[in-house]
Parts: sequence; structure tokens; C-alpha cells
Amino acid sequence: MKTITKATLELIREHYNKSIKSVHKRIIVCAGTGCIANGSMLVYEALEKAIKATGMELFVELELDVHDDKKKVHLNGSGCQGFCAQGPLVNILPEETMYVKVKPEDALEIIERSILKDEVIERLLYVNPVTGERSRGQLDIPFYKLQNRLVLGECGHVDPENIREYIAHNGYFAAEKVFNHMTDVDVCDTLVDSGLRGRGGGGFSTGKKWHLTRVEKSDKKYVICNGDEGDPGAFMDRSLMEGNPHRVIEGIMIAARAINANEGYVYVRLEYPLAVKRMRKAIEDAMDAGILGENIFGSGKSMHISVMEGAGAFVCGEETALMASIEGKRGMPMPKPPFPAQKGLFGKPTVINNVETLAAVPLIIRNGASWFNQYGTSTSKGTKTFALTGHVANTGLIEVPFGTTLREIVYNIGGGVTDNDGKVTGDGFKAVQIGGPSGGCLTETDIDLPLDYDNLIAKGAMVGSGGLVVMNTQTCMVQIARFFMNFTQNESCGKCVPCREGTKQMLSLLDEIIEGNGTIETIELLQEVGKCVKKASLCGLGKTAPSPVLSTIEKFNDEYLQHVLKKRCATNNCKSLRNVTIDIEKCIGCTSCARKCPVGAISGEKKQPHVINSDLCTKCGVCNSVCKFNAILGF
Amino acid sequence: METKGNVNIDGIIVPIDNEKNLLELIRKADIELPTFCYHSHLSIYGACRLCVSDIEGMGIQATCSIQPRDGMIVRTNTSEVRQIRKINLELILANHKIDCPSCSRSSNCKLQDLARRLGVTKVRFKQTNSHLPIDDCSNSIIHDPNKCILCGDCVRACKEIQSVGAIDFVNRGSQTIVGPAFNKSLRDVECVYCGQCVSVCPVGALVPKPETEEVWDAIHNPEKYVVAQIAPAVRVALGESFGIEAGVITTGQIVTSLKRMGFNKVYDTSFTADLTVLEEASEFISRKLKGELLPQFTSCCPGWVKFAEQYYPELLPNLSTCKSPQQMFGSVAREILPKMLGIKPENLVIVSIMPCTAKKFEAKREEFIHNGLADVDHVLSTEGLARMIQETGIQFNKLKPESFDLPLGFKTGAGVIFGNTGGVSEAVLRYAYEKITGETLIDTDIKIVRGMEGIRDVNIKLGDLNIKLAIVHTLSNARKLCDKIVAGEANYDLIEVMACPGGCIAGGGQPVSFDTDFRMKRMQGLYNTDKQLELHKSQDNPYIKELYKTTLGEIGSPKAHELLHTHYHGRKRITDQVINIRNTVHPKIEIYVCLGTNCYIRGAHELMKQLTQYVTENKLEDIIGFEGQEDMVDVKGTFCFERCEKGPVLRVNEHILEHATFEKAKALLYKEIQRIGLLVNK
Repeated sequence: MKTITKATLELIREHYNKSIKSVHKRIIVCAGTGCIANGSMLVYEALEKAIKATGMELFVELELDVHDDKKKVHLNGSGCQGFCAQGPLVNILPEETMYVKVKPEDALEIIERSILKDEVIERLLYVNPVTGERSRGQLDIPFYKLQNRLVLGECGHVDPENIREYIAHNGYFAAEKVFNHMTDVDVCDTLVDSGLRGRGGGGFSTGKKWHLTRVEKSDKKYVICNGDEGDPGAFMDRSLMEGNPHRVIEGIMIAARAINANEGYVYVRLEYPLAVKRMRKAIEDAMDAGILGENIFGSGKSMHISVMEGAGAFVCGEETALMASIEGKRGMPMPKPPFPAQKGLFGKPTVINNVETLAAVPLIIRNGASWFNQYGTSTSKGTKTFALTGHVANTGLIEVPFGTTLREIVYNIGGGVTDNDGKVTGDGFKAVQIGGPSGGCLTETDIDLPLDYDNLIAKGAMVGSGGLVVMNTQTCMVQIARFFMNFTQNESCGKCVPCREGTKQMLSLLDEIIEGNGTIETIELLQEVGKCVKKASLCGLGKTAPSPVLSTIEKFNDEYLQHVLKKRCATNNCKSLRNVTIDIEKCIGCTSCARKCPVGAISGEKKQPHVINSDLCTKCGVCNSVCKFNAILGF
Repeated sequence: METKGNVNIDGIIVPIDNEKNLLELIRKADIELPTFCYHSHLSIYGACRLCVSDIEGMGIQATCSIQPRDGMIVRTNTSEVRQIRKINLELILANHKIDCPSCSRSSNCKLQDLARRLGVTKVRFKQTNSHLPIDDCSNSIIHDPNKCILCGDCVRACKEIQSVGAIDFVNRGSQTIVGPAFNKSLRDVECVYCGQCVSVCPVGALVPKPETEEVWDAIHNPEKYVVAQIAPAVRVALGESFGIEAGVITTGQIVTSLKRMGFNKVYDTSFTADLTVLEEASEFISRKLKGELLPQFTSCCPGWVKFAEQYYPELLPNLSTCKSPQQMFGSVAREILPKMLGIKPENLVIVSIMPCTAKKFEAKREEFIHNGLADVDHVLSTEGLARMIQETGIQFNKLKPESFDLPLGFKTGAGVIFGNTGGVSEAVLRYAYEKITGETLIDTDIKIVRGMEGIRDVNIKLGDLNIKLAIVHTLSNARKLCDKIVAGEANYDLIEVMACPGGCIAGGGQPVSFDTDFRMKRMQGLYNTDKQLELHKSQDNPYIKELYKTTLGEIGSPKAHELLHTHYHGRKRITDQVINIRNTVHPKIEIYVCLGTNCYIRGAHELMKQLTQYVTENKLEDIIGFEGQEDMVDVKGTFCFERCEKGPVLRVNEHILEHATFEKAKALLYKEIQRIGLLVNK
């Protein structure tokens, strides 16, 4: 049985850092899912070819510290670097030059100019859309400059498939510390002192949760890492598992030490094959290295971790449903109590934490509780990652301390609100949906609100897993509510009445409004059911399912009223409420709309203004798309 | 679990005393909170959200899922709580097929009852239920998913009480339904038809299959002579459908109403229960003395029999070969009544009235149908008979009791207590005691076998014989015991198994009861009946003695065996279509090769290929002298013989070959060819 000591970890770190110094240049290509989708692997291959063509020595893994004069280049892929909107991203070290939107055709030029000659290729640098300035390195780009990337720190720098790189970045030293130099109580206390709260939604104190599990007496305990990230638009956990899987493993190990567990599960969403692969590889490598397994760091304790692919249901992210799923049962939540801390997986005391929570743990152990709690607000410590998407210039993965305002996130980091054509506009902000389908919306009036757990709850939203969707003024809030309601009603497990039937009826009521059949009573009934679903549902998912509806009704009441009273949708997103007509001033009678109309609703003489028969019109918009004279009104 | 302290429930202080949950404690305060999904004998599910209450410091909580704690302050009737309950009911109603006037559960529907109680007078939501197909293919139970409110009671009853799990949730979210896997019918799955799902269903989604129309047709057919047999448990439950308390004996009224409805004769299944006692006890004594085929399992419960056939085929030889009292009645009646009553055998219609849904399945088993004539033609459930009586307008409560017809209507108390768990054992012991010791049993109440414990171990000494008895009810308990027996961890002489909790008194065909101790009341009703009868031992039944004298001969005689005994067969749990390879039209020899996972892994596919090739290439017809005849041998792929550990398995006509190889298969094929060849040559 192989075990590893602190001295060995130090040796690996030293050896690795020496190797890095022997390299002339390093090229890091972002291999997060977003960049891969944009073709980063092709860029990687093109770079590999180009390096070989120059005759330089190429390393994809740093093994040797040979000191000769030959130029050596280290090329590796990294996890998500966060700036997904600008992918594929290529970083050149040690200069820390960052190229954005790189294409395979650029590879040769990058090698010739930036690797062989230390030149900067201006056209590949990031251009600030507002100022037009080019930024050379990550830290010159506002998107990065204004963030505090602690948890995401090594994500995008280390090769996720190389355990030695993680060790070189001080990885597993925290695990060694808790196994050999701290008691279980110490570990839990440190977490309590750090103020870390669960990043998966509820926001319960991690240290307290661990204490509760620690005090349970049982022959067996489990740690579960919840990686079943299912919120539409959220990808923090995926990025962490793909970008820095060893940090997650180290977090699980520390949790296991804290509660005296010797077995762990990583439950990864089925739709995250890369995360599954990387977590599996990382666990295998950690086993091979003697970091996981028996007699960890010579402490006499053991720890084994398995990766379990999710069953494909959103509800499996709910902790009791997740445990049922691991046990091979239908993923349905169970009433709490008993809490997992008392009776969890296979009936044994279990700590279940979200990926991001566990990824923060090694940092807390490494740097101390007070280092961590210097970030954030009085009740919400540390930093939080958000998946910034929607009508915002810089979409991507960000990490900011709690207490950061929406203004900073949307305007400074996010680069401002965009219109439907993707152009940044000064006054386009309408709302953000925060916390995914369980969250609520924040509006202009909340723009300077310091974001933390309690402020968001007070506003009818929640941190949730951290999806942050920015919406511009062209967005219909009823449609947004419908979008999330459709999601939750599809993903309801079907167990309890309020969630199963209530969400279905809420969706149907929203449809009534959108189709122009709603009345004031529809909105009232919507609120009444919404409150019942919120109060009476069995699990957290059901309890929060009405939030997008209730919060949009509260904050955009006028918009709802306009839909039901005036049968009008100001943003023109609700098809049934459109009144499509032809501007007789503009129509020249070219007949092209009449010919293209699929239902024959348009008639008129050639060279005479045409008219639309509103009884036949399905408001499909074909006429608008073919009209060259902007004569169709109502879209 | 807190065992001390008090909870303030709507201002009433209620002491905690080991209650399972807050809901039970609230019941102690004489408040009946509405619930669909909480049953004290099933696990807590927490899905209907009707038992919600406001708990200080905890907010709105489902009380079924909360442990009572000292100092808790609970409000069960706040405006918020009331609104939640009402909306929940409205939501359920919007997704429920509103079929009330024509629903068989109309008078006994919890949804209807709660809607009325909670004052839901209007459903403001759109009707959303879809029109899913109704499964009425099984002989026992009709499943209408459109009425299902997804409380999950049936799923848990099937899984937890019976350990069968024939039904579960299918699909998710608003598409969720309850049903067997792969959209199969209850007819084609592991369902043992015990009907415990029916007993817990709060609405009409699961109901016993009615045979009332067939029975009316027979009654109205002047050529038919319709006789009824009434099972013991019916008499202590049927009254519930007429507002009479559970356990009150209404035997005489049942006889009167059947007569009035037009039944020609009304007999008692307890008569053949007495007969069963003699046959089964003699079989047991003989096995015990020989020391073979022990433990002997009882076989009067058809749910248990199917369960054993499915899961414990290796124990089938241990089941008593006695038919159940229902089937014994059928064969005895067919044997003696036509002559006795002067009617044509085909005109005799035998209707049984049973507390049970599995009895409907049993009556249709092929072992009990001879030349197209079933021993029992129709099986009415207790609740089915109640509806027939209601249809006639007969005022059940006002009827003067009448007596059963003779001879098949005369019984002893031993034949009546059959309906309780432990009843068969007690009846058998009352006979065996006298048979073995030669002494007369004075006190016939053998209380050590009575009770509600799921598995009851009883050691009893009959003369020099030590008898080790186990009395089991519910199939999950039966499974526990069978597993031990198969593993060699338990030894018994006699095991009584009843599928339903408490025995037949709580069968799936009984009126659905929401009374918490209906089982105990019905059970007591049967023991009271035993007390009221003059005879308590089956061997004392003069008409049984007469029957042996005139018809059966000795106990266990060949004639008795012909009429009163049966056999069982292991059931394939997996069925699937045959895969045709050669597509021959009229083959004389068919080779079926199992392509199930285990056999496949062991090379079954290769074996099938070899055989097909061999059969195709070597004109077998020519070799064995059938020139000109084509398509002699066909090879087919099939699915699971359930002999996985002995794979590859194949079958040549009726002969099964385990651990099959090409050579062994060829040898078997030639053997069969020779056999067939000889036949054809003749």
C-alpha cells in the first residue's frame, strides 16, 4: 500500500517549480467546455504543429529539469478561465499575454512572433468595447481585474489532468495538515470560524453541518460532493470539476477527516461528461499517488471516493433525492428530518456539500479562517462564483466577494448591458434573475444592493447556485417567469401535490396571460397557488419553484397588468398580444409579404398598400422579415 | 424519539407517548387532520401535504413528517393552513377524472369526503388530466390511472407489506403515473392480486374487477341454477357497506339477501374449510411422521401461492397439495350437486363471495377448469356483493336472518376462523390434537396461535410429537421466513401463510375502511362466530363425515385427491417474444436457445449460430429418411429460462438442456428426431 508524506509533496512541488523555470515559454490553451465548443482543441493542435515545425522542444508535461540551451516550450490545456464570451483563450507565460478568440490559423503567427520573438500580436488582444482600448494581460482586462478569483484561482492555470501541477500549487498540503496535525473538532471549528456557508443554495453554515455529522456515532459515515448542477445557465461547479478536480477531492478529504468518514461520492450531472472524466482521472491519480486510499499521509486513516453519474433529473440535486439516487432508488426527495447528518446515505450520517463549498475548504485550511473571512459581508463570508449570462457584454464565469453590488458585476465586470443585437447600450438594464429557477429577480432599484445571502432572501431572490442572468429592457418579464416555470414543472419529481400539480397550473395560468386570456383573477390565483407551492412543498426545489413568478409579479406588476387589462406586451415578446398591421404610408404594394404569408392573411392590389386580416394572422413574423420597407408594424 | 413532554395543540396540552409522528399526537387530541398518504402501517411519505399545520418556530410543516417535541406549539387550523389544504385539494381535483356518479368508490371516496369536509365547492383550475388507457386485463384488479392522485399508498403497500413491488411510479413531474414497469398490464407482471393496493387506495384508481353483470346474467337465465358460497371473512365486513360497524356478524342477512336476489342455494365456504382442515391436517401428520417435505406450507391463500410460484419454486413441493376452500367447494359442488338437485352439470353456476381479489385470479387458473367448465364460475368481492344488494334496493339492515342450505352450508367454528391469521393453524391443531393423542379437546380456543405479530413462532406438543409452527401474514414476512428456510437457518413443521395483514378479514375485496382498527374488529367478529356455533372442530362436522362416506371415501383417498388436491408450477418472471431465425412454417422440432444475458455471456449466441448453420446445411430431413419434407427443424431465440446459473440453456421441443454445448445439443436433437421419426413412421 502506497502512502505519501509531506516531504514527498514538498519534493514534487520543488521539482515541478524547477522544471517550470527551465522552460522558455508556456502556452496555456483554455480547454473549458465553452472554449472547446468554440474550437480551442483545434487551436491546441495547430499550436502543437507549429511548435514542432520550428524545431523547438515541446513538452506537454513537465518531467525534466534538463539545463541546456535549447528553447523549450510547454503547452497545456487548462480548465475554464472564465471569459467564455471571448474564447478560445490562449495565454503566453511568463509574459502573461492573453489572446482572445484565437483561431487555428493564428497558431503559426503566435509561435513565430510571440514565442520565438517576444512580440505581442495586437489584433488578438482583448478590445474593451466601450473604450476601444486593447488589454495585454488578464489583469489589464476589467473582467478579471475586478474579480477576486480565490476558489477559481488555479482554474485556468493548472492542467486539470496533472496531479503534480496541483501539488506544485500547494495542493494537498491542507489535506496533509488536517490528517496529521488537526483534530476533527479543530477542522470543524476552523470552518465555523471561517463563516463559510453552503454554496449550493441553502446557505447553511458548513462548519455547523460538519459538527452535526461529526457528533453522530456510527460505524460508517459518508461525504458526498454534490455536482448535480442543473440550473439553466449555471456552470460554476462544472468549471471547477473540469478545471481543478484535485481541489474538489482535497475538499472532500478534509470533510471526511472532519466527520470521520472513510468513503465519499462525487455525484456529477450526467450531462457533464468532461467533468466526470476529469474527476475520475483525478481520483485515480490521487489513488496512484497514495493520497487517497489506505493510511493517508501515514495517519492510519483511509479514504475512498467514487464518482457517480447523475440520473438525469434536476431534482437529484436536492440532497435527499440525490442520496436516493446513489442508493439506486428513484430520485425523489424525502421529508426532513431526519437530516442527512443523522440518517443520510444508506441510513448513515452523511455530509453533503456542493462542489464550490468543498473547493473553498482547502483554501481555508491552507490560509486560515481569518484570511477567508476578511472577504465578504458580516453574515456572508468569502467569495462567490457566478455564471454571468444573458444581455451582458462579458458573459462568463466570475468570482467576487460577497457584498459586491450588482452595478459592479453588470457594468464593470460584465462590461454593460447589451441590446438584442449584442451591442452595449447605456440604459438597457431591466433586471437580473439571480439563483436560477429557484431565485427571483432584482431590478434597477436594487442595483447598489450588496449581494449576500440575507440581502437576496429579503428581496425575494436567493444566491442559489449562482446563476446570474442579465435582462435588457427588451425582455418580457411574464415570458421570463414562464421560462422558469416551464423548467420547474418539467423537472418536478412528481411526488408532492403542490409542486407537481401547482407548478403545472401556474404554467397554465401564465400561458393564459401570455395568450391574452388572462384577467386580474388570473394574476391573483397565480399568486395564491404560488404561495401555497412555496409554503407547502416537500423539498427545497418545490418551495422555491414559484419564486420567479412571485418576484416578477411583485416587481413588474404593471407589466402583468398591461398583459391582462390592455392585452398588450410592451416588449412585443408575447406573440398572441401582437397587433400586426401594415403602415400604409410605407407600403408600396410590392406584394412580397402577401406571397410569403403562410396563412394567406395579407391581401392587396399590386402597387397599393396591403392589409392584414387579423382573424387569419398567426403573428408568425414572416411578413416582417420579407418587407424591405419596414412597413409591418407590431414586431 | 421523545417519549416525555407535552405538545400544545390548538391550546390543548397533549402528552407525548411514543407517537410515531406529530400527526398521531394530533389524533390524540381528537382532531382528524386530512391526509391521503399517511397510513400507520406504511412508511412516511409526506407527499399529499394535507396534514400541514403551523408549528411555532418551524412554520408550515406536514405533521406526518415531524417528530413531536416537548414544548411544541401547534396550530392545526390557521387561515393559512386552511388555504393550503383547500388549494391542494383543488389541485388534486383538477387532475382527477371526475367520474363520481359512475365510480365504484363513489360512496367511499376519500377525495370526495375531504373536498366536502374542507368546503371545496369550486375548482378554479383547468382540468389537466389526460386520457390514459385503463388496465382491466387482469382478472382481479382494474387500474384507472386517470383517477389516481399519486399518493403512493399502493406503491408502498405492494413494496412494504408484500415485498412484491409490482407497481411503482413511472415518468416524472406532471407526467408521473403509477403502474407496472414498461407499461405492462397487471396481468403480465409479478402482481399476486392480493389487492392490498386496492385497500389503501383513497379513490377509485384501483378497484376489484367486478363480475356482477355476469352473475346477474346467470341469475336471470332461467336455465341456470345459481348457487353461492360465502367465505368466512365476508360476514364480518359486508355490513360496513350499510353503515354497520366492522366485526358485526351479518351472516343471516347475507343469506337472506342472496336468496331474495335470486340465488337458488346459498352455501358456506366454511364447510369446505372444514374439509380442508381434515385433508391438510392428515397430509401434515403423514409428512411429519415420515419426516418428508417439511415444513408444510398452507395453500389456501392464492396470493401466497402465486408468490411462492414466482419467488420460491424450490419450496413448491412443500406447499400442501390441498386446494383452497373456494376451489374445494367448486369441485365438490360440481361432483354432488347436479345429481342431488337434479340439474344438468352445465347449468350449475357456482358463484363465490370472497373478501379477496386473488380469489378471482385463482378461479381462472387452468388447473381448476375442466373441459371448459370452471369449478367456480364467478367470484364476487365483498364490496361487489354489497353493490349488488344496493342495486336491488333490499334494505339490508332490516332483513330477517336466514340459514344456509344444507349440506354444503353446515360448518364448525374451525371453518369460520379460517379468515383470521392463525385461524387455519388453530383449526388444524384442533383436529391434529385429537387425531394424534386420541383424546378429546375440551377447550378449543388455542390462543397461542392468535395475534397480530407478523411472524409468530409456536411450539406445541401433541402427544409425543413436538410441532414447530410458524404463523405468518403479509408476504414481506413470508419472504423473510422463506429466505431463512432456503438458507437452512430456520426449521419448522408447519407454516401458515396469509398474504393480507390480519388474514382474509383484511383482504383486497373487502369494503375499504378508513377505521384505524377495522382489522381487530373483524377478527374478533370471526372469533365470536366460532363461539356462537355449536361445533368447533372440523372432524365433528356431520355433513363432512357424510361426504366422505358417500363420495370421497377415506381422507386422502384417490377420490379425495382427484377432487380436493392440486399442483403448482414455477412461474417465469420474464416473458418476451420469440426471435425467429429460420421462419419455418410447420416445424416438427423446435430448438429454443436462451439469449438472456447470462446465457449470452456463456456463448448462447454462438451456439445458436452453429445450430442454425448445422440444421440448414445438413439436410436433416434427408439424413433421417424424410426426403421431400421441408422445414423439419426450426431454431429460435428465446428469453430466459430462469436457469441462469446453468447456462447456456436450450430446449428441444419439451426437453431442456442445461450447460449446453453444440455436441450435447446435437445429441439431444437426434434423440428427438428419432422419437418424432418413430411417431411419424407409424
